[in-house]
Amino acid sequence: MFGLDNKDTRMLLVVAVLTLCAPFILNPFPTDSAMAQFNAGYPDLMQRFVIFGIFAIGFNILFGLTGYLSFGHAAFLGVGSYSAVWMFKLLSMNVVPAILLSVVISGLFALLIGFVSLRRSGIYFSILTLAFAQMSFNLAYSVLTPITNGETGLQLTLDDPRILGVSATADGSIPVTSLFGLEMRSTFEMAVGPWAFQFNAGYYLCALILLAAFYLSIRIFRSPFGMMLRAVKSNQQRMNYTGLNTKPYTLAAFVISGMYAGLAGGLMASMDPLAGAERMQWTASGEVVLMTILGGAGTLIGPVLGAGFIKYFENIFSKINDHVLHGWFSFMPDGLEDFVVFIIHPFIGKGWHLTLGILFMLVVVFLPGGLVEGGQRIAKWVKGRKNKDDSTSATKTPAE
Amino acid sequence: MGILEVKNVGKRFGGLQALGDVNLSVKENTVHAIIGPNGAGKSTLLNCLVGKLIPDTGSVMFDGQSVLGRKPFEINQMGISRVFQTPEIFGDLSVLENMLIPCFAKRDGAFSLNAITSVPSEKDVLEKAEAMLEEMNMADKRHMHAASMSRGDKRRLEIGMCLSQEPRLLLLDEPTAGMARADTNNTIDLLKEIKEQRDITIAIIEHDMHVVFSLADRITVLAQGTPLVEDDPQNIRGNPKVREAYLGESA
Ligand SMILES: Nc1ncnc2c1ncn2[C@@H]1O[C@H](COP(=O)(O)OP(=O)(O)OP(=O)(O)O)[C@@H](O)[C@H]1O
Ligand SMILES: [Mg+2]
Repeated sequence: MFGLDNKDTRMLLVVAVLTLCAPFILNPFPTDSAMAQFNAGYPDLMQRFVIFGIFAIGFNILFGLTGYLSFGHAAFLGVGSYSAVWMFKLLSMNVVPAILLSVVISGLFALLIGFVSLRRSGIYFSILTLAFAQMSFNLAYSVLTPITNGETGLQLTLDDPRILGVSATADGSIPVTSLFGLEMRSTFEMAVGPWAFQFNAGYYLCALILLAAFYLSIRIFRSPFGMMLRAVKSNQQRMNYTGLNTKPYTLAAFVISGMYAGLAGGLMASMDPLAGAERMQWTASGEVVLMTILGGAGTLIGPVLGAGFIKYFENIFSKINDHVLHGWFSFMPDGLEDFVVFIIHPFIGKGWHLTLGILFMLVVVFLPGGLVEGGQRIAKWVKGRKNKDDSTSATKTPAE
Repeated sequence: MGILEVKNVGKRFGGLQALGDVNLSVKENTVHAIIGPNGAGKSTLLNCLVGKLIPDTGSVMFDGQSVLGRKPFEINQMGISRVFQTPEIFGDLSVLENMLIPCFAKRDGAFSLNAITSVPSEKDVLEKAEAMLEEMNMADKRHMHAASMSRGDKRRLEIGMCLSQEPRLLLLDEPTAGMARADTNNTIDLLKEIKEQRDITIAIIEHDMHVVFSLADRITVLAQGTPLVEDDPQNIRGNPKVREAYLGESA
């Protein structure tokens, strides 16, 4: 289907079902149960899952296929956000032109940075991209204040022109982002017994774009172009002596992944129309590297898993505090309860980075292929057990 | 006029004159061997032909066109393919993919943003790659990870990859170095077959005299960066100068 083989079609369908049913899947616990804080089915959180999923899918086209590790991709995300907000300020609150512009501008920006950075490979390439991203961050933070509004960040105001829309709504407030009139913030709540499920327009727009982005990445992976990118990673020398020019291949991969990042940035601004320089900081660039490696670099689904995993941790583990822990362990004798809470304390709340760091190390050491490799090993193990069962039962049968 | 004309080529590395004043003419559809003791400058000469090194002086003409100042991929597109001393293949890719890449390069050129089609839907390229694997007797290994093959098979694959580009000149740098006798003989047979069945010119650097005398139509002996003699194989054996510079050493 859609020019994909059966295996890829199945994977696309699984991702489609998971994203479209996310409001159910991520809210498995009744609203007022003790476990409710592990629910993640809230519009803003779900939006973040898929937006970072798109970011990581794009990053993987560069890093996973060509092996060029960029430490500056957050710059493209930031550029995408600024472009989208400017579109909301100048043109209209419709998200379509905003998203288109963010993809185009970040693509051009990636062309420029890629052209220079790709003159080197390996660690020098990484450092160059890092330097460019930090430069962009600092420019956005100070020098380019007329465009970026510096520290405060770029926001909508009541006197923006919005030539195809209105500067202010009838009741004098700033209009909200929409898709041809469908407000991005509009949410439909469905209560089923003790559960509450939220269906948000903005989330579904992001989810559909994620599916399109994922589909495109499968096509790229399976195309002759994708094979050439893997060849770049494997042996550039052989490519050169096979009549292939590696430069445009790596540059194309760089620009495509920059456009994915810009798309993610544009969507972020479409869900919440503001843009700040901190989105371009090196920590943000590092995060997408972690997502891709944690999920499985070079695999199709890995980056999506990695993005979901890290965003879930960030938002859920960081909210657990000592108070919650005492609640969980209240069944223990007082001294023991305090001790257990004391032990767990560094790993939760603000300490979630520590937990994530440990998990990341464990994955890199024991599962170099990331979560995807973990999944494959489990599948193999289950299969192996099944085969064993089959063979033992097969040898038994004649004896009966 | 040969298909490859090397005139007065010199190359210095710091204080070392790796190539002095090399003149070499390789005739079309022949096998031309370049031999000489270690450090004679054979690999350096080869590197000057494929754009890896730029000679300080002289000219290198392929089929009437200068190769100097061109990038390796451009020289390859002119019709020169190179096999390396240690096999250079795409280790992370499957054997079939290794063969597909030169076939795509032949059809689509140095760069093509072909992200629309899928590899399995490119029937013409697939057929060509499969046929070449068949010819190399590697069809049964098509789904193998290329890095996991034996050295002999890697060499075979690399030669196949070069041939699938239908080059006019094939350059081989010690194709049997470090190979077991059986693998060496296989490689000789393969190269003989190529020589007989294709319109191709081969320039080969080789230490193994068995290989050289089984294949070469013409031999150039290089010593200390300059050609000592160029002659037919039977005359090379008896040439006292060659014995002194090269054969004498190993005898
Ligand atoms: N890139 C380089 N930089 C400096 N010196 C070099 C370089 N490449 C080769 N040389 C020197 O040039 C001389 C010729 O080297 P070359 O590799 O061409 O010899 P060769 O005939 O191929 O020898 P072998 O039979 O050992 O492969 C040697 O003395 C070598 O050390
Ligand atoms: Mg050599």
